[in-house]
Amino acid sequence: MNLSAIYTIWERELIRYWRDKIRIVTTLIQPLMFLAIFGTGLRSALASSSLGIDFLKFMYPGIIAMSVMGVAFFSTISTVWDREFGFLKEILVAPVSRTSIVLGKILGATTIAATQALLLLILAPIIGVSINLTVVPELFLFMLLLAFTISGMGLLIASLLKSLESFGLLMQLLVFPMFFLSGAFFPLTNVPGWMKLLSAINPLSYGVDALREMILRNQISQVEIAKIILRSPGANAMYLVFFSFILVSAAVVAFNRRN
Amino acid sequence: MNVIEVKKLTKKFDEITAVDGISFEVRKGEIFGFLGPNGAGKSTTISILATLLEPTSGGANINGFSVIADRNQIRKSIGLVFQDPSLDDRLTAEENLRFHARLYGVPMSEYKKRADEVLDLVELKDRRDDIVKTFSGGMKRRLEIARGLIHYPAVLFLDEPTLGLDPQTRAHLWEYILRLKREKEMTIFMTTHYMNEAEYCDRIAIIDRGKIVALDTPEALKKKIGGDIIRMQSGEKEKLAKEIKEKYDLDAKDSEGDMIQVEVENADTFMPRLFNELESKIESIEMRRPTLDDVFLSLTDRMIREEQASRKDAFRAQMRIRGRK
Ligand SMILES: Nc1ncnc2c1ncn2[C@@H]1O[C@H](COP(=O)(O)OP(=O)(O)O)[C@@H](O)[C@H]1O
Ligand SMILES: [Mg+2]
Repeated sequence: MNLSAIYTIWERELIRYWRDKIRIVTTLIQPLMFLAIFGTGLRSALASSSLGIDFLKFMYPGIIAMSVMGVAFFSTISTVWDREFGFLKEILVAPVSRTSIVLGKILGATTIAATQALLLLILAPIIGVSINLTVVPELFLFMLLLAFTISGMGLLIASLLKSLESFGLLMQLLVFPMFFLSGAFFPLTNVPGWMKLLSAINPLSYGVDALREMILRNQISQVEIAKIILRSPGANAMYLVFFSFILVSAAVVAFNRRN
Repeated sequence: MNVIEVKKLTKKFDEITAVDGISFEVRKGEIFGFLGPNGAGKSTTISILATLLEPTSGGANINGFSVIADRNQIRKSIGLVFQDPSLDDRLTAEENLRFHARLYGVPMSEYKKRADEVLDLVELKDRRDDIVKTFSGGMKRRLEIARGLIHYPAVLFLDEPTLGLDPQTRAHLWEYILRLKREKEMTIFMTTHYMNEAEYCDRIAIIDRGKIVALDTPEALKKKIGGDIIRMQSGEKEKLAKEIKEKYDLDAKDSEGDMIQVEVENADTFMPRLFNELESKIESIEMRRPTLDDVFLSLTDRMIREEQASRKDAFRAQMRIRGRK
């Protein structure tokens, strides 16, 4: 491992992100669209349900977690393209360890995804959620942890992916189910066993759960919140640390083997 | 002294043998050229020498380090310009250089001086803070060369450095490469499928289907052809070839379209004989000194045709986009 190499690769990811203003704007607009379409559409349908909270507010933390996942996943999966047609070759031929490359990439994607998620907190007033400033550091920590986990997963998949064709399949079979089984759109408190199981192995659901608790904790009563939350933030953090450890280690191993 | 030593190097991809037991040496300070059509195995050889691929069998040393056992040492001692562009075009020229220098452990105090030096060499100093996206193809190539030099490698590898550039830019790029050799006494290993470019090399290996079919200086290779080349266009070229074989015992080779060509010792005296004695119709005739194209044709019975090559290249790139690599 080589700190200067990790830093170099991390810095490149950040500069690239900062220069691509269109990407920044799109990743901000996308969650807004989700909120506008799903939020307003489902809100009226669910008005009479027992959610105990306005549906838009319920969905808002989930959308932030989804955005973390989207950004972290695509920043790392792009390594597949980079390998054949770009800068990755230049990095691979340099006298630096594969492990440094993986960590630089993952940390870069983590920083970008978490920062982007932090920006989404600006939307809170529009949704009608007031966020206590003291909870922001805690929130950011979770955004980083979730981003780190998903970046590890993205890079692991990029290292295992044999062809770009399998990428489309991956989207269908992995990313969309992960989105919909994350608890972002409906609470996972009252779902059948098979769905509980699937969301238990879905790292995103721990992020959604934690962000929801932190963002909504001062909006509704303890009793109400217990109905839509599965675990305490501490428990969610432990699961995410566990997932990230497994996924990032696996990514390091797979990347080393592939290259 | 040899900087690169390659012994019985072989690389197989599933059913394809891309590199088939090649051996050669590259001497310090020379420009060594790998000349061959697309798919001959040039890039694969470079990838192995650059430690990006492991050979199936055989081995190679650069500066005394083995490409199999001493990968990190090799990586430090080579500079590389890939066939496909590998700059980050969202970064500035200077940022591309800086990142490279950091990955190669060039001290930052030293870096400034070197960046100036290599940017000067490729005449990009006034564009140092511009985003690479705004650069022309030739400028990008030059920047890649500058980047490959900034850690002072023992050998610079150039994989088809002039591919896709217009003739003027190509000639210009060659000036830089020749200046590198002169001013820095750099050892350069390059590949090309442009015959005329191989003439700039001190020595060239002609590679076809993974095998080296000839290795020598360009002059010596051309001498092997013997004398001059006569090319004839004829609507009945089979008949013409047969007649030439019978009358002069010369093997006429198929050339482009309805043309055939023969090698003769002295075309000046031979052409009048053809006019007087041939019965087959000839529509046009031309005479020239041998080129490396003729060398390749005589060694492999095929031509290196640029159009065909680049179309194949585009196809390969397409296939790689679709994930076949
Ligand atoms: N990664 C790979 N997998 C399978 N076949 C490959 C791979 N890389 C190159 N080849 C094949 O090996 C042969 C040599 O390719 P290459 O070295 O790129 O040729 P050149 O650079 O001389 O055009 C070609 O037939 C090519 O299709
Ligand atoms: Mg090639």
